[in-house]
Amino acid sequence: MKTLTLYAALIISLSSAVAQADSKTVNKLLQNYASQNATTPDEKQGEQLWKKTFNYDGEFSTRSCTSCHTKDLTAVGKHVKTGKQIKPMSPSSNAQRFTDSKKVEKWFKRNCLWTMNRECSAQEKANLLVYLNKTSTF
Amino acid sequence: MKSTLAITAVIFTIGIVTLPIVWGDNDFSWGEMDEYKHKSSGVAVIDSPLYKEECGSCHMAYPAGLLPAKSWSKLMSQLDNHFGDNAELDAEVSKSISEYLLSNSADKSAYRRSIKFNNSIKSGDVPVRITATPYFRHKHDEVPDRLVSANPKVRSFSQCNACHAKAEKGSFNEHDIRIPGYGRWDD
Repeated sequence: MKTLTLYAALIISLSSAVAQADSKTVNKLLQNYASQNATTPDEKQGEQLWKKTFNYDGEFSTRSCTSCHTKDLTAVGKHVKTGKQIKPMSPSSNAQRFTDSKKVEKWFKRNCLWTMNRECSAQEKANLLVYLNKTSTF
Repeated sequence: MKSTLAITAVIFTIGIVTLPIVWGDNDFSWGEMDEYKHKSSGVAVIDSPLYKEECGSCHMAYPAGLLPAKSWSKLMSQLDNHFGDNAELDAEVSKSISEYLLSNSADKSAYRRSIKFNNSIKSGDVPVRITATPYFRHKHDEVPDRLVSANPKVRSFSQCNACHAKAEKGSFNEHDIRIPGYGRWDD
């Protein structure tokens, strides 16, 4: 029985080590945003921004992050213009998500511009990142 | 008499059969035959993982041989407004991708379809959309809207692979067309 508990403890500590390794990029990004005065990322505000809609004239007149990524972070999204599939946003469904900080910044820039017609602030990026990175499965 | 005729026939047959072997290129191989087949149809398959990764996340990564170098260079110079989207790349990535596209463009390709794309473009024109090239238009002018823009599984001509089942293998052969919700396409 004692050995069993020991094994269980070992497995748990190992899996948490894996989870920590996965969030290394996220931590690095959050530190970077903190250095730009975004010291307290807010998951709720991140969710609000993620689901907020922005109105335009003409093509794709209502734009939101969810236009392509859907409201379900674990679901496969679809590019509104080309129809190309987009892998789920949540790291719980897509282990590759948020493992490359350059990639994260590239998509923040492109997609904030498309959705809001401006780049996101460090605070907005921090908020979005903690919301999207939230993984209930760990 | 009969046997002489038979022998003559046999010799003649052997001669016909071996002629191509004797006269053929010494370097002949079936591998080259494959290559020849590819060059005589379709376009070259993309062989840049960087290009595929960077340009294939929003849309199918279009083979470089679908546009001439002048078009690729114009397109790469305006990535901040890429058909309404920001698609900027960092300088280093952008440089490598441009080099790849420009050295594999339609005007430098020996593939039949690339040559046709390139030849269809007037010397003063610089189309940045593949769908705006005269060759593309000519090939798709009979395709009704209901099969493309009004077809939820296709939506746009920019999704080549929605109908051209072998698009990502560089083949746009008519026999490989499967239009979602419709089936084969017969001209």
